[in-house]
Amino acid sequence: MTDRALVVVRAGALTTVQDLGRPGHAHLGVPRSGALDGPSAALVNRLVGNRPEAAVLETTLDGCDLRPRSAVTVAVAGAPCPVSVDGRAVPWGAPVRVPAGARLSVGRAVLGVRAYVGVSGGVAVDPVLGSRSTDLLSGLGPPPLADGVVLPVGRPDGSPARVDVAAQPGPPAELVLRVTPGPRDDWFTAAAVRTLVSRPYRVSSASNRIGLRTEGPVLERARVGELPSEGMVLGAVQVPPDGRPVVFLADHPTTGGYPVIAVVRAEDLPAAAQAAPGIPLRFAAVGRRR
Amino acid sequence: MRVLPVGDRALLVEVAGAQEAQALHAELLRRRAEGSLSAREVVPAARTVLLDGVDDPVGVAARLSAEPLPAVPPPVREPVRIPVRYDGPDLADVAAHWGVPPEEVARIHSAAEFRVAFCGFAPGFGYLTGLPDRYAVPRHATPRTAVPAGSVGLAGPYTGVYPRSSPGGWRLIGTTDAVLWDHARVPAALLSPGTPVRFVPSLPEGS
Repeated sequence: MTDRALVVVRAGALTTVQDLGRPGHAHLGVPRSGALDGPSAALVNRLVGNRPEAAVLETTLDGCDLRPRSAVTVAVAGAPCPVSVDGRAVPWGAPVRVPAGARLSVGRAVLGVRAYVGVSGGVAVDPVLGSRSTDLLSGLGPPPLADGVVLPVGRPDGSPARVDVAAQPGPPAELVLRVTPGPRDDWFTAAAVRTLVSRPYRVSSASNRIGLRTEGPVLERARVGELPSEGMVLGAVQVPPDGRPVVFLADHPTTGGYPVIAVVRAEDLPAAAQAAPGIPLRFAAVGRRR
Repeated sequence: MRVLPVGDRALLVEVAGAQEAQALHAELLRRRAEGSLSAREVVPAARTVLLDGVDDPVGVAARLSAEPLPAVPPPVREPVRIPVRYDGPDLADVAAHWGVPPEEVARIHSAAEFRVAFCGFAPGFGYLTGLPDRYAVPRHATPRTAVPAGSVGLAGPYTGVYPRSSPGGWRLIGTTDAVLWDHARVPAALLSPGTPVRFVPSLPEGS
């Protein structure tokens, strides 16, 4: 019987377990899932001495409160937010020792959307298809955290990093997503393709782990009719019938029938995960890399 | 065949139709197995195959465009047999679309040789082709809010089995006890792209 566990005191608006996800199963209809802001998840793992594949917690806007049953090292990064242990402020973006039974509070994001909580040993829920990630589209992996739930924690196999505070990029004041056109840009008018990469958009409050939804100019189709279902990639900019582009994030469906006008560069997606509703958004056309 | 770049690391290979897509999928899997194609995901769909996680998309695209794919028939395999009680709530409605008496639906549907064209919508949900074109039916204009797990439905040219309860607009002709998806099982999915399938009528409960 192990007492290595975290008791969820306050689950927050939406807190999920995330790791590197489960790529390689798209042909079975299984989304890749995984942390939306991968570099921040990797950072908290590094700070607490975990391997990159260890599972962390991903919070949404208002953080969460946890009580470890035995002493653990934790680190919080991603969206900047107040962090405290039993009411006393502790550093964000640095390893912090939390005694057994103390209350770790991850507060509301000051900027950005998603904070990541790493814990030494990693969150050790049972993996599904090789991953512990919660997939909100298909329901694979553990359900989102609920108050009172107890999460098992693994054995630490590394030492916490010796840093005071790790440098990390702040959440964007303006989100710029670099896109390469296609594969279905020919389903849209030339004006629509120009509009996408020249006119301002905003991040919609309807955004979630499946897609970043947008508010802004409508993109007009050049073709009517339905596109037969085809495979979808991370970062695909899909345009549903309402004409407002949606950027596919980690829990995106593996196939879809709305045309993809462009694809966002993978390196720009972590910033998309931290773009709060209402933030200005611009799509910038770039050439394809060789 | 058209090869469309998708971002920096993926290619969408488009062919004429479902049969060509199945042959292309089988050939691309063969190439990946022998090591001549490197791709993390090979995702077939209605008339495309997506290659994602490709290290050298430009080179792969050039090779695919240069050499026409051999028309390799998919490997011959024993079909997965799925027992079905043809008791779905849309059975009479499908019979009307087909212009046959309701009791004919089971005979026609279970006589067809199906193959999983692709998966999507939910883990383990296969889009099965094999019914003659004249039996295509439109989806419900308004989807049901909850379709029970094991429901066997029709939409367009496809037959599908719901792996779990979910909303859905397919026309339901029957029910199966087969477990389409169990992530604790290896493999988790009963049906994967290319799998041949037969539906076997079983008697309705209580008869």
